[in-house]
Amino acid sequence: MKLTDMTAVELGTAIRERHVTAMEAVEAVFAVIQEREAQLHCFVTLDREGALRRAQEVQKQIEAGKLNGPLAGVPAGIKDNLCTRGMRTTCASRILENFVPSYTAQSVARLEQAGAVLIGKTNMDEFAMGSTTETSAWGPTKNPRNPAHVPGGSSGGSAAAVAAGECFMALGSDTGGSVRQPASFCGVVGMKPTYGTVSRYGLIAYGSSLDQVGPLCRDVRDCAALLEVIASHDPKDSTTVLRRDTDFTAALQDDVEGMRIGIPRDYFAEGLAADVRERVLAAAQVLRERGAVVEEFDLSLVEYAVPAYYTIAAAEASSNLERFDGIKYGYRARDCQDLHQMYKKTRSEGFGEEVKRRIMLGSFVLSSGYYDAYYLKALRVKALIRQAFDAAFADYDVILGPVAPTTAPLLGESLQDPLKMYLGDIYTIAVNLAGLPAISLPCGTDRHGLPVGLQLIGNRFEEKKLLRSAFAYEKAAGGFRNCREVD
Amino acid sequence: MAHSITDETIEYVGILAQLELSPEEKKQARQDMGRMLDYIDQLKELDTEGVEPLSHVLSVENVMREDVVTNGDMREALLANAPEEKDGMFTAPRTFG
Repeated sequence: MKLTDMTAVELGTAIRERHVTAMEAVEAVFAVIQEREAQLHCFVTLDREGALRRAQEVQKQIEAGKLNGPLAGVPAGIKDNLCTRGMRTTCASRILENFVPSYTAQSVARLEQAGAVLIGKTNMDEFAMGSTTETSAWGPTKNPRNPAHVPGGSSGGSAAAVAAGECFMALGSDTGGSVRQPASFCGVVGMKPTYGTVSRYGLIAYGSSLDQVGPLCRDVRDCAALLEVIASHDPKDSTTVLRRDTDFTAALQDDVEGMRIGIPRDYFAEGLAADVRERVLAAAQVLRERGAVVEEFDLSLVEYAVPAYYTIAAAEASSNLERFDGIKYGYRARDCQDLHQMYKKTRSEGFGEEVKRRIMLGSFVLSSGYYDAYYLKALRVKALIRQAFDAAFADYDVILGPVAPTTAPLLGESLQDPLKMYLGDIYTIAVNLAGLPAISLPCGTDRHGLPVGLQLIGNRFEEKKLLRSAFAYEKAAGGFRNCREVD
Repeated sequence: MAHSITDETIEYVGILAQLELSPEEKKQARQDMGRMLDYIDQLKELDTEGVEPLSHVLSVENVMREDVVTNGDMREALLANAPEEKDGMFTAPRTFG
């Protein structure tokens, strides 16, 4: 098998068993990068020399028996909104063009402790605001399956890099679908854990009540292994939860006998592309044949998730992004007469169009006179949405549906109509509002050969049920190579 | 009901958001915000009487700790990112007239 065709866990095993060295793994991904990166643009920053140095250290520790985890020596990409000490972190924004963090995000630090080798920072929508990676100040990433199409977003660089073989695994962040939707568009596995499972320390905040860091991987086993490494109770993020059940790889059992799976009828209504509908229902049938009890039900409130989300996310964004003022770090506008002019000019020149749009909306819904009618109303609807999921999980172990209404759109198609782009988040967004875990995995391709994603949603803290059902589906569908190559 | 966003509203939101928009951007912002609010108005169809606003999805309690400094002196590293600094401090344009 070609080295770059391995999964992260397969590569980790090959390194531990001395068939491959960590340095060879780094050289292998940089050979792919050499070949494909100019076209795809998955990365904002790459550090070949640093990665090779780090690989040598890791190799020594593996040989000394000090590192023996499944991901030791495996090259990883990190979304450019996760702080990495000494490595530029831009959030794909001009306002953080030259920002070099003095500390490392907790999730990234956990990954490094497990022996992973960071090769660079992946491209994204500016401040994670977008669904296509086209709002990046550094230009778009292309979909490796067809470079005329977007990779999805906002973690589009991470998804595309894993799909293209430019790294073996990557971290992303998911505020409204930003890990799952690009995973779906690029044909890889992406997971958003239960809110509070992975520390947000060092994740540059967008919507703090919704943000979670999550893995993007080649298969379900890699996804479980990576999540197991990054999950932690962190005193530096007071919203993290002390969990005793983070041995996620223990859930990799090919067994869905008797598992109750619910399909929300409202996820298959108007607006869903025929090919996507067909592939996702075929995946449900596979699980039924494996012994799962699959039923349709009415989830309700589905159409209200998008307006509630954009109100809440914009409000939180307007507050979180106040810190970018040109004083302590980042870009500062030139030739300003006074402090206030400097703030305004810096922010107006430093932020892109979509970021400004959301900050304006957020400032409006939080302003006096509108706060109750918009912001509090959205938080009340959020409570109703959580109740609807709670009711569903009284009957079902897992909810099954599509990740997105369509496969990856063509480059340049989405940004002209922001509202239409927001509507593409309809199946992913409620998961963040309710704090639930969900996984996106490939379930075939559409008539143009573009990947279709299957979404499985679990109750809070029930990642193991998700991983078990995802693993069983992947096994039945013939493993990740088959899922990726089915045309 | 269709929202019509006035120039005054955009002016006011610009102050809150600390953004200075060009005339074209203002025009676009009026249109975008109006359309978005029309869309968000769907939420008004739902009866939320008596529903408590939900800010945090998990039941959380205040996390307390001793007030002890655990990080070291990072002045140099932090100032290295400053657009302008002088004598170990951040500098900014004058605040008053």
